[in-house]
Amino acid sequence: MSAPALSTRQLSKRFDSLVVARDIALELPVGARYALIGPNGAGKTTLINLMTGMLAPDAGRIFLCENDITGLEPQERVRRGLARTFQINTLFAGLNALEAVTLAVCERRGLSREFWRNVAVHKEAIDEAHDILVKLRLGEICYQPTRELPYGRQRLLEIALALATRPKVLLLDEPAAGVPPEESSDIFEVVAGLSTDLALLFIEHDMHVVFRFATQIIVMVGGTVFAEGSPAEIAAHPGVREVYLGTRKHG
Amino acid sequence: MPVTAQMGLEPVGYLKAQTRWGAAETLFWLATPLPFYFLPAYLQLASQIAITALFALSLDLIVGYAGIVSLGHAAFFGTGAYAAGLFSKFVWGEPLTGLIVGAMVSSLVGYATSFIIARFRHLALIMLTLGFGLLLGAAANSASWLTGGSDGLQGVNIWPLLGRFNWDVYGYTAYGYSLVVLFVLFLFARRLIHSPFGLALRGIRENFLRMPAIGAPSRAHIRTAYTISAAMAGVAGALIAQTTQTVALDSLGFERSAEILIMVVLGGAGRLYGGLIGALVFMIARDQFSGIEPEHWYFWIGVLLVAVVVFLPNGILGGLSRFVAHWRAK
Amino acid sequence: MLPPVFGVLFDGIAYGMLLFLMSVGLSVTLGLMNFVNLAHCAFAMVGGYVAVLLIRNFGWPFFGTLPMAFLVAAVVSILFERVLYRPLYRRSDLDQVLLTIGITFVSVAAAAYFFGTQQQPIELPNYMRGSYHVMGLDIGVYRLFLIAVSAVITILLIGTIELTRFGAQVRAAVDNQRMASGLGINVERTFAITFALGSGLAGLGGALAIEIVGLDPNFAFTYLIYVLIVVAVGGLGSIAGSLAAAVLIGVSDIAGKYYVPQLGAFLIYLVMLAVLMWRPTGLAGRR
Repeated sequence: MSAPALSTRQLSKRFDSLVVARDIALELPVGARYALIGPNGAGKTTLINLMTGMLAPDAGRIFLCENDITGLEPQERVRRGLARTFQINTLFAGLNALEAVTLAVCERRGLSREFWRNVAVHKEAIDEAHDILVKLRLGEICYQPTRELPYGRQRLLEIALALATRPKVLLLDEPAAGVPPEESSDIFEVVAGLSTDLALLFIEHDMHVVFRFATQIIVMVGGTVFAEGSPAEIAAHPGVREVYLGTRKHG
Repeated sequence: MPVTAQMGLEPVGYLKAQTRWGAAETLFWLATPLPFYFLPAYLQLASQIAITALFALSLDLIVGYAGIVSLGHAAFFGTGAYAAGLFSKFVWGEPLTGLIVGAMVSSLVGYATSFIIARFRHLALIMLTLGFGLLLGAAANSASWLTGGSDGLQGVNIWPLLGRFNWDVYGYTAYGYSLVVLFVLFLFARRLIHSPFGLALRGIRENFLRMPAIGAPSRAHIRTAYTISAAMAGVAGALIAQTTQTVALDSLGFERSAEILIMVVLGGAGRLYGGLIGALVFMIARDQFSGIEPEHWYFWIGVLLVAVVVFLPNGILGGLSRFVAHWRAK
Repeated sequence: MLPPVFGVLFDGIAYGMLLFLMSVGLSVTLGLMNFVNLAHCAFAMVGGYVAVLLIRNFGWPFFGTLPMAFLVAAVVSILFERVLYRPLYRRSDLDQVLLTIGITFVSVAAAAYFFGTQQQPIELPNYMRGSYHVMGLDIGVYRLFLIAVSAVITILLIGTIELTRFGAQVRAAVDNQRMASGLGINVERTFAITFALGSGLAGLGGALAIEIVGLDPNFAFTYLIYVLIVVAVGGLGSIAGSLAAAVLIGVSDIAGKYYVPQLGAFLIYLVMLAVLMWRPTGLAGRR
């Protein structure tokens, strides 16, 4: 069996007395479609922040294709193929979609230090950006400033920006957060259509979506991995039903 | 520009169209030689305006595009001025070499400080640029054996431009020289804004936090932008030293830093022409009001600032484009 | 006999106390609202001119003017907060910087218009003048008084912040604004009161400063720089940090002027840069 695309070992993090991650060991194989679920405050976003380097872990290691990336800066991890999206839109409000994705493509291609040539000479980079936008159904609105785009399109732009870095591993933090249910499946259709070379981990609260799109489900509770298994196993897991559904009743 | 008009364009064509010269732009530059013919008495002022516009343009690169609010940009203006002045006094009076020396010394200082600058945002950044500017000002003041202190640098000796044009009292040479340098560096800045690097700077301004998530080395970008901006400010400083044949201590001062920031914001930060328009309006206003008491001048500057922030948040150019958009929509 | 270094230290601490009074308000309001208020020293200057006016034209005793300096500065600041600052809380720091620089320009011009550009000396009561000779040092009575006043105010401030209900609200709001308003704290009102208090203290500082550093229209800019340095060095939102920073800057400034006068103000900028290099968020900064 080939090496996992992304793995963590004994990853731990605490804020003062609050443990947000304890001994997390995960393996994401190439082509994975994993869902990360758990009640609010379980540490799901924190885990993504730890893996992408936006938070430094107290202990533990992170490997990208067997390379230790624990000490790398976030942008360095991105360049090695670990990309993410954000639960709350984190976009370039004043740029249009074409400019934003071209920016990301230029960064990946190492063109972004070039200040003496017009960006329009890099036809390949621009076409690549445009292709990504078309694939994500953003082609016809790519000249509109981001802040004027409808919310659902902005969520897709989040994904487009991440794809422009040509990731091997993509971490999606609630890609359809705040989107009405009928549009939400649109977004997940796009996600499901992504290349199978890509290892994918997504956080999602809607169990229908999770059971429909995930091949494997990881359940986090209180900063630890509570259970992991196929959708059928998780559905049958008595502890998950109790903890997860029980908490949902209150939350 | 209306979005619909560009809908038919291919992405590359669209990005090219963004960088095409507009009519207003062309007219603006065609009008710049007019003072030679119609306002010969004001050529010295025109030269000062061109130099200030260059200084404002350099600040706009970091304030308007990279999102670095600097309250100490005069440090580089002054450094360039002293470098060029001292170079002409002790080494070589050829003006173009002097410009290069000014640019190089300023960019070196800018590059060295950029490592500190790039680590901070917001208040700490404002404080650091302010503190650094004050530090250099205090240093120039205490090194009066070299800089002439508050009397200004004496003995600046600039040879005729290109060996042919003398520095006449009317300012024909001074304005021609300043204008050409401004135009060349404006072309450079314009190209920079439309380059991949310029796109990255706009990215930093629009969302600093997202940049690492698309693999961008924001700090390295900020260092580059800061160094380039310092070099341009240094050229502006060198120009002022050469055209006025002296360097005053206040070319490094806090007032100068504050004024240039005011001009950029008055014109409209992050609009390439914002600094130019701001410098033009500000300098002409100051010239017109030069007869009044300085405290009255500062009173109106203050009122103007408050008014711009409250009523014209994107400066003159921002207000104009809003007005035009409103008018077109009718 | 004590060596002169103790005299320098004493003067430096007294000067630092003055800086503390003028800067603590800005530090707390910055920590609270992240509002970059470069007009803070304009409010200090208001206090100074109120004192001058009352003493000169109305024959008030020096001590009587101090509460008025506090009060007028506080009231003026509330007006500005209401009308101009409040709409700008969510705007960029650039806008805030420009607005408040603008206000400072206007205040400088107004002071010059009404009072002229010259220094405004005031007469201190006799018992405030002169100095004690202790172990070979000159201990200025007024400086001793300054230290005492500041010590009392520090204790009052820390007591208010640590022990009262209002103080708890301020602390909560500085810590986490969203959480605080979620708990039913009226953050805007808390801020307005803190802002007025801070500006009042600046006004008091401005009045007390006349005897030490003088008063002219440029005060609002000259001491703004000192105040900003104290705030940056001390760390936002921290009273103890401001106190430590004010003393550090005060002592450095006096020591620099005494031992290496040719360096001018160079030394305190160096101190500031050094502290910020070491601790980017200041001595007591958390983030």
